[in-house]
Amino acid sequence: MTDEDEFAAYQSLGEDSDDHRWAFGTGFTDPLEGIDASVPDGVDAAALAAYCLMLGDDALIYSHRLQQWMTRLPELEEETALANIALDLLGQARMLLARAGQAEGAARPDGHGRAEDELAFFRDAHEFRNVRLVERLDADFAELTGRLLVFSAWRLALFGELARSRDQVLAAIAAKGVKELTYHRDYAAQWVVRLGDGTRLSHDKMQAALGVMAADPAKLRADVDAVLDTVLAAATLERPGAAPTGLVAGQAGRDGVHTEALGYVLAELQSVARAYPDATW
Amino acid sequence: MTKETFTAEGGHGAVPVSDAPVEPAAASVRSDWPLYEVFLRGKRGLNHVHVGSLHAADPQMALHHARDLYTRRNEGVSIWVVAATDITASSPDEKDPFFAPAGDKVYRHPTFYEIPDDVPHI
Repeated sequence: MTDEDEFAAYQSLGEDSDDHRWAFGTGFTDPLEGIDASVPDGVDAAALAAYCLMLGDDALIYSHRLQQWMTRLPELEEETALANIALDLLGQARMLLARAGQAEGAARPDGHGRAEDELAFFRDAHEFRNVRLVERLDADFAELTGRLLVFSAWRLALFGELARSRDQVLAAIAAKGVKELTYHRDYAAQWVVRLGDGTRLSHDKMQAALGVMAADPAKLRADVDAVLDTVLAAATLERPGAAPTGLVAGQAGRDGVHTEALGYVLAELQSVARAYPDATW
Repeated sequence: MTKETFTAEGGHGAVPVSDAPVEPAAASVRSDWPLYEVFLRGKRGLNHVHVGSLHAADPQMALHHARDLYTRRNEGVSIWVVAATDITASSPDEKDPFFAPAGDKVYRHPTFYEIPDDVPHI
């Protein structure tokens, strides 16, 4: 049922369902249900694996950074909001890393691809392919919301196109992600406008937050630029110039060249899995 | 009839507005965000039901917070938020004049015929 009209409430009562006694909290769906998980013909499995790894690493590392805000946010309601967003990204990371492992197996003669946990917990920093934007520890709430805006605007634009990917699994992951990221972007944009167009102090902090982001604003895509320009204009903020974190010998996060911050993330993220490699819970 | 006015603030019925200990003092600048009451309509529910309350700076933020706090388990398809101060609640002192007169009029209930088991939402 996707048509939401004024009669939808009555329509749903007539639906054939085994849980119609429940008004709340049912109808969970598996986004990958019924999708062929084999790598389609004409798709380079190694390239697909590398691509899923990049996007999965972005979500995994950023999710962890958002989780570190738990118990530190100004309001309980914001805490739940950010926990939801972190959980959405962790879900994306799990599906993307699992897909990277499947594609990795398809690309190798022995057919062995790593499992999602193996990829998440048993790689070192130089094997991670996330962008450096997601590694940084937020200094304050302005940095949190500013970075979330840039990240979700960029990822949403990308996932919108990946939803038409030739790889059915990646397309399904992206289609699910679009709905989540639309909310993340909306949440972040509202805060950027609220703080940017708020008091003098909040404006200055928001402007400073945009300035320290380890992303080169000149290199974003045109449709992302349009979104950011719209939000920043409403927030009375200026688009920062060049990114403060330059390339290292022409390389960045996608090449495995990271900032110091990633080491701290991984140390925490991987500590339990590495101390107890066979543990289950 | 009492002169006190009541609000639904707190989300659990009538709360007196005057002569009640308020922390911080009512005259001071409010450090907390105002309270909003949240109403949800579930997928198979016909009407919006009060599910709780939350703090937010403005109605739009309240809607976001309501989505994050009250629809996490796939409950809702529609949300209403209402500023708690905009709700006028009946007073406990008026309980008898308000509700007692309906107590003996059993003929107003549709209890004199059998309802089939598979008819929901009665």
